[in-house]
Amino acid sequence: MTSTQTRAPSGAPLIATQALTKRYPNGVTALADLTLAVSPGIVGLVGANGAGKSTLIKILLGLLPPTAGRVNVLGLDPVSHGEDIRARVGYMPENDCLPPDISAAEFVTHMARMSGLPKTAARERASEALRHVGLYEERYRQIGGYSTGMKQRVKLAQALVHDPDLLLLDEPTNGLDPAGRDAMLTLIQRIGTDFGISVVVCSHLLGEVERICDSLIAIDGGRLLRADRIENMTTSRDVLVVEVAEGIDQLETRLAGLGLTVSRDGRALQVPLATESTYDQILGAVADLDLPLHSLDQRRHRVAELFANGPAATTSPREGAHV
Amino acid sequence: MSSPVTTAKPQSGPGGVIHDIGYQRYTGPRLGRQYATRSLFVHSLRTAYGLGRSGAAKIFPWGILGLLISIAAIMVTVQSQLPPGTEQRAFTYWHVPSQTSILTLLFCAVAAPEIVSRDLRSGVLPLYFSRPLSRADYPVAKFAALTTAVFLLGLIPQLVLFLGSAFSQTRMSVVGDEFGLFLEGVVIVALMAVLFSAIAMLIASLSGRRAVAAALIVGAFILTTPVLGVLQSLALANGAPTGVAGQLYYLSYLVSPFTIVHGVGDWLFNERESMVGPYGPVYLVATLAVAAICLLLTLVRYGKVAR
Repeated sequence: MTSTQTRAPSGAPLIATQALTKRYPNGVTALADLTLAVSPGIVGLVGANGAGKSTLIKILLGLLPPTAGRVNVLGLDPVSHGEDIRARVGYMPENDCLPPDISAAEFVTHMARMSGLPKTAARERASEALRHVGLYEERYRQIGGYSTGMKQRVKLAQALVHDPDLLLLDEPTNGLDPAGRDAMLTLIQRIGTDFGISVVVCSHLLGEVERICDSLIAIDGGRLLRADRIENMTTSRDVLVVEVAEGIDQLETRLAGLGLTVSRDGRALQVPLATESTYDQILGAVADLDLPLHSLDQRRHRVAELFANGPAATTSPREGAHV
Repeated sequence: MSSPVTTAKPQSGPGGVIHDIGYQRYTGPRLGRQYATRSLFVHSLRTAYGLGRSGAAKIFPWGILGLLISIAAIMVTVQSQLPPGTEQRAFTYWHVPSQTSILTLLFCAVAAPEIVSRDLRSGVLPLYFSRPLSRADYPVAKFAALTTAVFLLGLIPQLVLFLGSAFSQTRMSVVGDEFGLFLEGVVIVALMAVLFSAIAMLIASLSGRRAVAAALIVGAFILTTPVLGVLQSLALANGAPTGVAGQLYYLSYLVSPFTIVHGVGDWLFNERESMVGPYGPVYLVATLAVAAICLLLTLVRYGKVAR
């Protein structure tokens, strides 16, 4: 056995599930009757913690057998062809998974060999992967000395090193500061567009993935909430997203006092762009309170509410969703 | 400083400007699961001896190997000084692994956590299991690597003994006899490698902290020694062991990994009265059974870990 080239037939969905259900022995239903068809591209898989994202990933990798239903990844069944699928998929886990006392170059090379790449190819591809994630200069330093952002990139590099057809990224922006988050998202976007590798990005932060994805899948409690292409989900309304390094509570109160509709999103505040003056009002409030402004961006309207209130939210998951 | 996203940038080189051609797909061979398992085996074997790691990681394993070689060298030197034709020997090949088993234990106590606990600690296992390797491939490769490392640790001193003895002989027939004795030693070294590795690996797979795992391994081995002492003093309470007490005495060596393999050697290679009485086969079965059970439990452990 020298080659397990198993590219998905063109036109076929990257991932397809049919009434996929996973119940754990302790009675917890992690996935319920999930029917999906994911086309190549960058796909956001969003849901709160415990929505079933990680379970879905493990089933896709053939690490967990589904309780019922069918699943297909790159044209293969993970239950019978888990090994072949894992050779063609790159996985970046959510948690820390890097040994501290080894260099990034050595570690990524080792992981490339674990994916079946011969020695020389493994070393070359490891250097390439680390260059693509922006760690070329630092690659011979021990991982233990890396920042969180650099570690996230090593995790991405090891998922990318064997040139997968599909990348599964679990919370890739975990623990990153706003600048690091932006850089990571830009990098993922580049992998999806320039490298031609399909990417599934799992996140509990819809606001992040909606910026880079072609399509979105929202799951909640193991059920499909909605799946659609991004342009069908967003509205024309825009929001302003404000991030301050400190004093977010003060700013929220102040903006609410000005009659603006303020909502909180993690470390950021968002305000609908109602009139031309909204922008100035926010800047004025930040200046008055003398807060360190981190960023003030104009974004598409967050699709969060669409998942909660949109018409498709009532659609039965049985009908399936083609993305 | 490198930018987070590498953009195409021309680099000057001999013969003109080389342009960064961006991402290239991999079209070479993908060697699959068996190759990955083999690679993991080699990688882990190197790890056991600190190869590919810092200098500090090499000190301990190579120090122990050096000590064992020195001991063998001294033994063989003493042997060569004996007057020709003496029946007396300075060493017996198959005794040497037991005589130096404490060093083998110390090697296991450092190597097993290095091979196994480190991966548990850093959380790297999901990265292995999301690759073609199966859940059993990982512990099997690790066990094979540790066993090979421990086997080499015992084999090299045996080779020193054999080569040293062979070169100080003048008659080929004696060299032939010597080779047979050397093979006896190799059998005991192999059995001890399997048994010690299986126990050490099981214990190491329970803890992500290397120091804790090392202490547990040493503790588990050492604790059997007083148990052996108590059993033997019971058996010898009424003087020479006879009857039930005699049976207890013969079987008492089963309780310690240090003596159990020696019991097998005593059965197979000792021409005088055996310390294990008629129970030689029991010792062999027990050695293999303990190793098999430990390996099985390790596999069960890896079926559950990092789910």
